[in-house]
Amino acid sequence: MSDPDAATPLLEMRQVNTHYGAVHALKDVNLAIYAGEMVCLLGGNASGKSTTLKTLLGMVKPTTGQVVLDGEVVNDRSTAYRVERGVTMVPENRRLFQRLTVRENLQLGAYLRNDSDGIASDMEWVFELFPRVKERLSQKSGTLSGGEQQMVAIGRALMSRPKVLLMDEPSMGLAPALVKQNFELIEQIHEAGLTIFMVEQNANMALSIADRGWVLQTGRVVLDDTAQNLLNHPDLRASYLGEA
Amino acid sequence: MRQGWAPRRTGAPRTGVDQFLTVLRVFAVGLVLIGLAAFIAQEINTDNAFARWANPDATGLTGAQFRGLVVSGIAQGAMYGLIALGYSMVYGVLGFINFAHGEVFMMGAMTGMITSNKLADAGLWESNFIGSLIFIVIVSMIVCTLVAVIMERVAYRPLRGSPRLIPLITSIGVSFFIQNASIVLLGPAAKAYPDVPDWVKDKHTFIQIEGSRILVVVVAAVSMGVLWYLVEHTKGGKAMRAVAEDAEIAALMGINVNRTIVKVFAVGGAMAGLAGILWGILFRSVIHTTGFLPGIKAFSAAVVGGIGHLGGAMAGGLSIGVAESVGPLLILEPLGVSGVSQLRDAVAFAVLIGVLLLRPAGIFGERLPAEDRT
Repeated sequence: MSDPDAATPLLEMRQVNTHYGAVHALKDVNLAIYAGEMVCLLGGNASGKSTTLKTLLGMVKPTTGQVVLDGEVVNDRSTAYRVERGVTMVPENRRLFQRLTVRENLQLGAYLRNDSDGIASDMEWVFELFPRVKERLSQKSGTLSGGEQQMVAIGRALMSRPKVLLMDEPSMGLAPALVKQNFELIEQIHEAGLTIFMVEQNANMALSIADRGWVLQTGRVVLDDTAQNLLNHPDLRASYLGEA
Repeated sequence: MRQGWAPRRTGAPRTGVDQFLTVLRVFAVGLVLIGLAAFIAQEINTDNAFARWANPDATGLTGAQFRGLVVSGIAQGAMYGLIALGYSMVYGVLGFINFAHGEVFMMGAMTGMITSNKLADAGLWESNFIGSLIFIVIVSMIVCTLVAVIMERVAYRPLRGSPRLIPLITSIGVSFFIQNASIVLLGPAAKAYPDVPDWVKDKHTFIQIEGSRILVVVVAAVSMGVLWYLVEHTKGGKAMRAVAEDAEIAALMGINVNRTIVKVFAVGGAMAGLAGILWGILFRSVIHTTGFLPGIKAFSAAVVGGIGHLGGAMAGGLSIGVAESVGPLLILEPLGVSGVSQLRDAVAFAVLIGVLLLRPAGIFGERLPAEDRT
């Protein structure tokens, strides 16, 4: 609508520090995600990417700083509360409930909702996005192929009707051909109107579809720029894209 | 194809242990087959050569004896199955064996004994048996649900996240605690249920089954059906299955994991309470050690059926119940083993060993590739 800087961010981290015992995992991290954006957080192993997601979702409590969801400080709120208020995650490696059917997985995505009409219409929407999912509805999700599982994992997250969708390493554990297909899926749901915050190691792929990005190094944000500038940034090219 | 069957590690050379296990498997299957063959031979004619070779003193069984054994096996097996559900469900969500579950069952039998004697004193037990029975079932289920939930809160929740061996050992401690608490509160002597009406003791229908056995099987079947519906078709049941598979992701869906675990203990406790009343109907006597052997057998039943699998728990219970009832006379007697009726417990556990030898994941057990619990 107007200037994005004037609007309230959908999801925000303000000066967040998170500790695991003596380990200082996040150091003064500031992030802001606005409605309609597709943003990504890049970083190597143990840079604090997963901790960032866990802190946003309330699975880990920050020592100092604030997590703000849609204008409300949610530091002391449970994961369930935050999911209800419009944030959810597609976990790394999909993590479907393999013994449950595809339908049950989708229903569990809507666990906190009670509007059966809305749930039904959202399920139809998931089928529209991923027609393959509809064909597999009564199959145990553990029997699906990797690509199909990714669709169900995204569908399951969409069933909570999120405002912001967090994605943890969407390309992890997928065959190279599927990685490309997967990023196409992500673009597809972004175009359907969803705000997406993606955590990735595959910097090239992530930046090619994102608007903006941050680079995290040992728990500190070291770069914060548009995707285009990050792609051309010499440090990033050196450390992530394997170019000297 | 071979998933769930005895693992044949592809590529790895067969070791001495593998060969030993193969010999054991062949021996177990052979023993059962020869025993069955001898039994059939004896039933055809006790004087034929093969039957005489197997056991010179064989007499064979009459049809009525055989039916009696099968029916009492099914009744006890249904009871084991109900107890096994508690072991299996708790293992499913928490990954440890709650050995104190047999004691919850014993508390159910004790509660039933106390309430039914009070009802008998008031004269209600004779005048309205079915009503009284429903009443003691409800009281016992409530007491056992409370015992199980308190046990989870006090003994197991503080240990959540510690290595699995620790709650396991704790559960043995809880088991001793409950047994001794029962001695303190109710005394060490065996206590009797009041006498049941004649129709419960009498034999019914054209195959002459005791009323108590029919009652036990019907009650077990109905409660199993209700439980199956709850777990498969309600929101709470889906939450239980989700927590069982991946608690972290279940929490991400907004499921309250702690509350779901409490529900699992509550349902397991209620089933144990019901089983306690069935014990009272079948044996009409209860003592503080009542929970031990049925508890261990129910645990075996859960493993035989495939631990974590509800239908498997019931199937395992029925298999063990029928096997321990029929097995001694069907397989061991024709082979000339002496004193076979003393061997029911040995047969029950032989079923467990046999299943573990031939199909380590249990009858219904399945192994998914992602199954790496830590």
